[in-house]
Amino acid sequence: MMREIPVLAIQEALETLLTEAVYRLPPDYLVALVHARDHEVSELGRSILTTLVDNARYAESEAIPTCQDTGMVIVHLAVGQEVHFIGGDVSQAAQDAVRQAYQGLRKSVVSDPLLRKNTGDNTPPIIHYELVPGDQVRMTVLMKGFGAEMMSALRMLTPAAGVEGVKKFVIDTVAAAGPNACPPLIVGVGVGSSFDGVALLAKKALMRPIGQLNPLPHLAELEAELLSTINDLGIGPQGLGGRFTALAVHIESYPTHIAALPVAVNFNCSAPRRATIVL
Amino acid sequence: MERRVVQVPFDDEAVISLRAGEMIALTGLMYGARDAAHKRMVEALQRGEALPVSLQGQVIYYVGPVPAKPGHVIGPAGPTTSGRMDPYTIPLLERGVKGLIGKGYRSAEVKRSLVMHRAVYLAAIGGAAALLALCIKSSRVVAYADLGTEAIHEFLVEDFPVIVINDIYGGDAYEAARTSGVVRR
Repeated sequence: MMREIPVLAIQEALETLLTEAVYRLPPDYLVALVHARDHEVSELGRSILTTLVDNARYAESEAIPTCQDTGMVIVHLAVGQEVHFIGGDVSQAAQDAVRQAYQGLRKSVVSDPLLRKNTGDNTPPIIHYELVPGDQVRMTVLMKGFGAEMMSALRMLTPAAGVEGVKKFVIDTVAAAGPNACPPLIVGVGVGSSFDGVALLAKKALMRPIGQLNPLPHLAELEAELLSTINDLGIGPQGLGGRFTALAVHIESYPTHIAALPVAVNFNCSAPRRATIVL
Repeated sequence: MERRVVQVPFDDEAVISLRAGEMIALTGLMYGARDAAHKRMVEALQRGEALPVSLQGQVIYYVGPVPAKPGHVIGPAGPTTSGRMDPYTIPLLERGVKGLIGKGYRSAEVKRSLVMHRAVYLAAIGGAAALLALCIKSSRVVAYADLGTEAIHEFLVEDFPVIVINDIYGGDAYEAARTSGVVRR
């Protein structure tokens, strides 16, 4: 059975998600941040984490953005194949939602990467569509700050590099990012797929709430091991030393070619703007 | 943590007193400028033109604030990543800039130049933009208004919290954190 969904419903839902995510950090992240504050061993690190928790609470109480970089919008739409969109163009509806939601926010998007003229309304968003079974639409947004995005990296490893190669690439990327990516971080790791696919896996890893493990046991173990190794680096909050460089490592994987072991690392910062709705 | 209050713009005494790793609070006037304003300033210098504001003794905060809500002085205004300003920093240090505020690593050239020009690099807490904005008591655009959030702003700040990263003695708080065994398990 086809289910009709007006694109206006997508537009309104997206606008609401953006309007709220900009000032309200995801509850799972806030819990992890408070835990870090209460367990950080470095005095300066504890002071920084206290400030970040206070900032989150103040921003929410005043309904003002948690971070000045209100980001570029990434939308992931998992569309049930029984869904029929009516009343217009979904992509256009997403543009309109971003334009509306960013009226009072910072405009951080340029229309051409080389000519660099600001679009003036924070459009366009980056939209990923995925066709899934069912008659629902699951929409996740990231308002992606680019301090963290800029420190992300991708490498096409060979199969001989193995899991040790994956671990080394992740650790090296976190170490190179240091304070630039605004730790404490959420580390999204993609493994497998192709050049384009592995980057999207890393991005999807950032869309998963903290506390949800990868359903595959060997990857859940790798997530825990990487988190422990990353936090042994001692980079700490804002790169000024401490236990909490990352609050979570999420891995997403996909089959790959016999010749390849692609790996990608995408970061979220200390103000991760993320929200999900199911329509 | 206790924070010593230091006046901005910096005088020589202030710069001499700062040590890497110290958390301080800035009070006074400072400029806000980021990527596009830096590019424009350095291009003006290359053409032999004067800068729109004198940078002697000044502190530059790398920030692109959110527009103010009605009744607010300014929107959230946290630091952006400093490394992007590295290619433009040395000519500004040569014009007398004494302090830079952002977050993240600086290039070896910039760090050498800081020591040479007796200037300091400070970090504000990335992700604490809403609270940092409370320390900005007034804000006005003083140059390059067409750049919007990237225009050069002048801020009156009170108790604006920063951490000294690079002092004039070659001290580096990021380096110290990286090499310190104290925080490791």
